[in-house]
Amino acid sequence: MRRATAVAVLLSFLILYLTGAAFLWVRRAQIAGLFRLGLDLRGGVRVVLQAEGTPEAPVTDQSLQEAENIIRVRVDRLGVTEPIVQREPELGRIVVELPGVEERHAALDLIGRTGLLEFYDEEGNLIITGRDLVRADAAFQPGTNEPVVTLDLVPEARKKFAEATTRNVGRRIIIMLDGEIISAPVVSVGGIEEPIITGYPSMEEAFRLSVLLNSGILPLNLRVVEDYAVSATLGQDSLEKSKQAVLIGLAAVGLFMLSVYRLPGLMADLALGVYMVLLLGALLAVRATITLHAIAGIVLSVGMAVDANVIIFERIKEELRAGFTIAASLDRGFRRAMRAILDANVTTLIAAAALFRYGTGPVRGFALTLSIGIIASMITAILLTRFLLKFLVGTRLLADAPRYFGVRS
Amino acid sequence: MRVQLMARRKVWFSISGALVLVSLLLLVLRGLNLGVEFTGGSLLDLTFERPVGTREVRRMLEEFGLGGAIIQRDVREPRRVFVRVPPLDGEERKRLMTALQESISPLLSDEVRTVTPIISRELVRNAAIALALASAAMIVYITIRFEYKFALVAIAALLHDVIVTLGLFSFLQVEVGAPFVAALLTIVGYSINDTIVVFDKIRENLRGTRKSVWTVVDESVNQVMMRSINTSATTGLAILAILLFGGKTTREFALALLAGVVAGTYSSIFLASPLWAVWKQREERVGWRRLRRSRRRR
Repeated sequence: MRRATAVAVLLSFLILYLTGAAFLWVRRAQIAGLFRLGLDLRGGVRVVLQAEGTPEAPVTDQSLQEAENIIRVRVDRLGVTEPIVQREPELGRIVVELPGVEERHAALDLIGRTGLLEFYDEEGNLIITGRDLVRADAAFQPGTNEPVVTLDLVPEARKKFAEATTRNVGRRIIIMLDGEIISAPVVSVGGIEEPIITGYPSMEEAFRLSVLLNSGILPLNLRVVEDYAVSATLGQDSLEKSKQAVLIGLAAVGLFMLSVYRLPGLMADLALGVYMVLLLGALLAVRATITLHAIAGIVLSVGMAVDANVIIFERIKEELRAGFTIAASLDRGFRRAMRAILDANVTTLIAAAALFRYGTGPVRGFALTLSIGIIASMITAILLTRFLLKFLVGTRLLADAPRYFGVRS
Repeated sequence: MRVQLMARRKVWFSISGALVLVSLLLLVLRGLNLGVEFTGGSLLDLTFERPVGTREVRRMLEEFGLGGAIIQRDVREPRRVFVRVPPLDGEERKRLMTALQESISPLLSDEVRTVTPIISRELVRNAAIALALASAAMIVYITIRFEYKFALVAIAALLHDVIVTLGLFSFLQVEVGAPFVAALLTIVGYSINDTIVVFDKIRENLRGTRKSVWTVVDESVNQVMMRSINTSATTGLAILAILLFGGKTTREFALALLAGVVAGTYSSIFLASPLWAVWKQREERVGWRRLRRSRRRR
């Protein structure tokens, strides 16, 4: 290799690197905005609902789908941006995530409440159930502008309801959800097929009842098996702390490499910068959700990313001690280190894959970052560090080579 | 630095043996401090606007029939308490949160997690499946790339690391949750990674040598010692950053990883390789004896 070529290549790399770094630094706020943050970092609510079938209404793909749609409607009415409602058909579950929702505990309560809806008269005779109800809506009554709840009944139930109201004019109809009275309006006129409930102090109250009524129409019984609510303030605090941990971790690993491996250590640190860009880019590409544990995975992978470099550098040192020239040591070192790196990383990937397959939520995010990290680290350590070291040797700046590699001559 | 690996093997085995024994005893006698993700229940992490005492929180909880709650105050932040109660449903929780804010003080931040036993059973089952699956896949991979003896020894080293980490958590009684399971499985991956690097050197040095297995292992381990320690040091530094600066949520996770990395480094140098050498040597001796016997018969 001609010395001039080596110097030119290295210099252009450095200029490119620094320009790229400066660009990313200037745009860091916009780039950070591209990542989708998990609930633990931005606050919000997560509920896992388990569908429980009955002999007459077993859990099927279709009933689960219907349940999902109803929950979606309910969630949309809460006015949350970017809600996630996901079905897990193999487990018969529906997962709801509401990032940034303000009234967390009220939201959890609303989503979790799903059950048996029954309408009774004062004597305790069952009039209709949730199965007879198509939907309930909160609205302002035309003319009076009073908040009301309108009920839409299935055709077969309309007659039943009309007869019951005729018998009960002036008396109450008791609406029960899961054995609890949620409303008890007085019947004003008999023979009603399309009931309207009036007398709400506010639209909010009317809306609350309509949501409760709708939840009683679910084709399945849904039970909350897991939920999680975190305030945005705690998420913000966690985010700040993790950012700090990432920076400190990076700095510590970088300094360690520099002090132990000198010049190659510097090359490894440069490669580490490229590694971070690759890793974050890949995470963006797969639309990964960044959670606290995903960040821990990133930091851990930084530590493991230089593993490959350490293995390579130690090999090169061995070859130098054995008396090979620097160029030969470089070649032999890389070639021989390759096998160890490959075997070691494949086994770690196996563990990460098992973790991804059988993990849930945060654990999965961690396994994903770890896997991407391992692959990205192999690419940067094997290709980039090698490239840099090769041209560095080509510049013949390292006449007293072993010393720069941390080997006493 | 040169370690008398094979000559002192009994010392190394005794250290590992003692650690595993103590860990198992701790696990049996003291157990782990299992979080709600294992036991089912609700965990409330509450930071009030003013410092609070556990007594006033308990008085509040008693009104809800939750007198048996476990209440802990944060060591560094007197305004923060952690409360563990049986699983709360939506209604109960909403009422409790309102009552707490009204009678104590508004909340600066809060985190509430409820896990029912269905989910906790699933967590344990999935962890067991993942561990078994990962181990089996690794045995196959190492057997193909090396030989089955390496594979079994590597798995023994890995179990050592996992048991020692569990032992440490039993000793410290740090609460463990789902992330702890993830940490254990990462340790599995990391421990093997470290062991493979040592095995790779042994494999290379064995090729075309007439030296005994013991000598080769002794030399190989000493050759890779520095890089084993350095790779663990970089990973350890990164984990230390999470442990010290990453906040409470990931602290337990980082501690488990750190314990695993330290145990993993020890076991790949002082346990896996000498164990393999002893096994290999014994097999070779048996092989020689058989060979001699068969020759005599002839």
